[in-house]
This record gives sequence, structure tokens and C-alpha cells, in this order.
Amino acid sequence: MPQPSSPSIAALSLADLPGRDVAVRHLRHPGRWISGGIVVLLLALIGHAFAVGQIQWLVVGQFLTAGVIITGFGWTLLISACALVLGVALGFAFGIMRLSENPILRFAAWLYVWIFRGTPVLLQLLIWFNIALVFPRLYIPGLVDERMVDVVTPFVAAVLGLGVNEGSYLTEVVRGGIGSVDSGQKEAAHTLGMTPGQTMRRIILPQTLRLILPVLGNSAIGMLKFSSLAATIAMGEMLNAAQRIYFINGAVIELLFVCAVWYLAGTTILSIGQYYLERHFGRDAATATSERRWFRGWARRPAVEGEA
Amino acid sequence: MNLAIKAVGIRKSFGNHEVLKGLDLEVAYGEVLCILGPSGSGKSTFLRCINHLETPNGGYVWVDGAIMGYELSRGALQELPIKKLRAQQSQLGMVFQHFNLFAHRTVLGNVIEGPMVVRGLSRAKAEAHAMDLLEQVGMAGKASSYPSQLSGGQKQRVAIARSLAMEPRVMLFDEPTSALDPELVGEVLEVMRNLARGGTTMIVVTHEIGFAREVADRVVVMIDGEIRETGAPGQVLSNPADPRVRSFLSRVLA
Repeated sequence: MPQPSSPSIAALSLADLPGRDVAVRHLRHPGRWISGGIVVLLLALIGHAFAVGQIQWLVVGQFLTAGVIITGFGWTLLISACALVLGVALGFAFGIMRLSENPILRFAAWLYVWIFRGTPVLLQLLIWFNIALVFPRLYIPGLVDERMVDVVTPFVAAVLGLGVNEGSYLTEVVRGGIGSVDSGQKEAAHTLGMTPGQTMRRIILPQTLRLILPVLGNSAIGMLKFSSLAATIAMGEMLNAAQRIYFINGAVIELLFVCAVWYLAGTTILSIGQYYLERHFGRDAATATSERRWFRGWARRPAVEGEA
Repeated sequence: MNLAIKAVGIRKSFGNHEVLKGLDLEVAYGEVLCILGPSGSGKSTFLRCINHLETPNGGYVWVDGAIMGYELSRGALQELPIKKLRAQQSQLGMVFQHFNLFAHRTVLGNVIEGPMVVRGLSRAKAEAHAMDLLEQVGMAGKASSYPSQLSGGQKQRVAIARSLAMEPRVMLFDEPTSALDPELVGEVLEVMRNLARGGTTMIVVTHEIGFAREVADRVVVMIDGEIRETGAPGQVLSNPADPRVRSFLSRVLA
């Protein structure tokens, strides 16, 4: 087909218009092919560099399923889960307090966020771990009377440190989530005669949960990684276990890579879980969270599954 | 005449702006009252004061034997604890301009929420009653849909069913058709017309002059936080005495 030498829209006369079934030729995108090629090349170079670098891949494979590492990863999961539960509980408690009519409750919640969001989490972990220096005994009349070092084990310190810190972030998230539930929802509940507690539990919080679910997913993923900080307070989680091994056998990078593999596996599973959780809770399409397809290839089923 | 509601000297200010300037109103059982007036005249605020969604700055509302939000004690109004106020509020059904259906509940879930949580009805009983009501407003077929899957008119009909489920003494409507596309207004007015025919006591804040003329037993026209005219719709709408009411009506009827 001959190309017009100087394409001018004005020069096309009505008599020359094609029929209604005229074919359409799409633009080519050579830029996409070139940039794609460059990225593939770079990835190959990086892959090659690591393949020929001074890493004993056999050692990586060998320690990937070593008992100490698996046990460590178990602790990592346990710390993360406990700290997340604590963080979410504190986040909801203080988030609701932040919106209280009572100025003292509001202030207490503000203070909590100010302190625990305003200091590094590593520092907080160290303080919890050494809390026995301040309070040698934990004494609650009739309930507990023990030495603090026996109560605040490295595990407890890790859960407290990570959970209380996470709670301070989630407080603000919950506050924002509650605030963005339409005030008409509350009014409707009131006119039905629902008490403030019933309104919060049955109307406001379920909708808040939907709104903040993506953030909670990110918290879970973040928590899994932050739990590695517990290695610094002698908690035998995965990173700490890896360190103890490479102090002996010197295979530093190999063991760090082993950790990387496990962390990636964990965060990947959490991401998938988050996707399905959001899709489930996004059922009423009131929130568009299920539209955030992180990995489009995984599940293509529609977010709204029609009316049951 | 059996009084359902008696509002006495209702005043309400937002900041320095006085929205309601001491309103009195009586509504009898079985009566349908329409409140008309230009936007900003305070008619929605008045309705919200009647069921204490807004606390009046002065005056009080008597609803069938009790004062909303207070009890008379030693010659003064003693504020009631929140739980008792809510119990009173549940005697007044409220239909909002923007529906305010619970977004996380199905249509059926919206209607059974009040009876189950506030009245303590069993799920089976609440659902049976809810399905009757949904049938009545023509929404039984959508019982398992979520609000986001409904049109505005459908949402409003569900909202009406949700209010009716509490078996309120009086139904309050706050501009129930103002947020609807014009072709959806009719279905909601039809439901309201049926309620009125069935003897439901209703206070309707509306811009639908036609509805007021046809259905209302009495019409109240508010301007600038005051009731300027009250009477039978034929008289008020055709032959208002107050010049400001006349000019308002000539604008909306034009």
C-alpha cells in the first residue's frame, strides 16, 4: 500500500473515504522492546555475577533446611504473629481513644503515639530487654511477684517492643479509618436506637477494618522483617541463628542468603494472603481495595462474584 | 385529637448563626405533615432536633408521654443517659436524604440490624418481619444485594423498610427524594403515599410540592428559622397569607 507523501487531514476528500470495514494498523512500540531488552540484559549480568562470585551455593542449599534455621524461622513467625496481634489490639484501643469525647483519654492516646512513634524501634527493643534495670521485680499484689528478668525474656521483650511500636502506627491508621467512615452511618445507627458501643462494634469498626486492611497487610509484611531486629537482644530467631552459625563456619553471605530466601518466602505468602483477604472483604464493592492487583497473573476471578 | 409530637420553643444555633428561632409544632397521630421552605430555612435542622440528632439549644420535644433526651425532675430538665435517649430515638423512624444504608450489610442485614441488636429479636423473627417490609416497599427480590449494587430509589426504599422495622410511632423523612435522579423520585413517593394511606404518622421535609398537595393533611412553611405559615395544603399552597411564603411558593411553583 503506498504511503501518502505528506499526510494532511485536510487533503482527504469525502470521495476518498474508505468503506466501513476498513482495517486499522496499530502503532508499533519499538521503545518497549528496547527498554525490555536492556532490563533483561542487566538482570542476566547480575545473575551471572552472583553465579560466578565467591558464594558457595551448595552451602546455601545445605543450610536452607538446617534444623537451627527452621527453628529460627519458627520463632520469627511466632514473634511476628504475637507482635502483630498486640499491635492491632493496641492500635484499635488507642485509635478509639484518640476520638473519645474525654480529653484525658485523647491525651493519653496522643502521648502513646508521641513516645512510641517518635523513638526508634531498635532502641525500644533494647529498653524492653533491659527493663529489669529499672524495675527489678514485677509485683502486682495477689497476682504476680517475680524477678523482672524471668518475666521479660528475650521473646517477651521482642513481642512487647515490636507490638507496642506497631500499635503506635496503627493507632493513627485506625483513627483515620474511623474518621473516613461516613458520619451518616453513625446517625442511622443512632436513630435505630443503637448505643455508642453497639454503633462502634457493629457499624463503624467493620467498615474501618475494610478500609485499613491494605495497611494491616503491609504491617504484617513489615513485622515479619522487623522481627529480625530481635537478633540484637539475643532472641534466637532466624537471623540470630544464622549469625551464630556463621560466627563458627565463616559462611557469612551464604547464611544471610538463606535468611533472605526464607523472608522472601514468608512475605510472598503474606502478600497472597493479603490479596485474598482484601478481595473477600471488598465483596460489597464499598471499598476498591480488591482492585489493587499486585500480581495480576495469580487470580483473575472477578472481585464481585455476583449476587448469591 | 391524639397528640404524637409536641415541639416547644425549639432553638438551635451553629456558632453565631441562629438556625431555629423558637419553633412550636404539634403533630397528631395519623397525621401527615409536610414541611416546606427554601434551602437554608432550617427545616432539616428542625427535623433533626425533633429526634435529637441535633440537641436543641433551647426548648424541648415531647413524644407520646416523654420529653426527648430529658426527664422532668424538680421543675428542670434532667439529661437522660445515652441508652435511654437511644431508646426514645428508636421510636421515631428517620429516613435520610443520602439513605445512610449500612454499606457492609446486605439489604436484609440492614433491615434486621435494629430489631436484632436493639430489640433483641431472634434472627428468624427479625428476618420474617423484614421480608414482609421489603415486600411492602417492593425490594424483597434484592434482599441479598449490597447497597452499592442498588439504584438511589431502591436504596431509599430499603432505608424506609429499615426504619419501619423498628415499628416507630412517627416516621420522619429528611428530603427523601432530593438526592435521587428525577426518574427515581416516583417509586419512593409511591411507597410514602402507601404509608400515608395506611395511617402512618409522618413528618416530611420535602421540596416535592405536588406530593405535599396530594398527601399532606397539613403543610408548614419555614423561612429563616421560623414557621411562617401553617394549614391545609389547599389553603397554604394556593392562597398563602404571608408575603414571603407567597414569593417562595411562586418561585417553586413557577
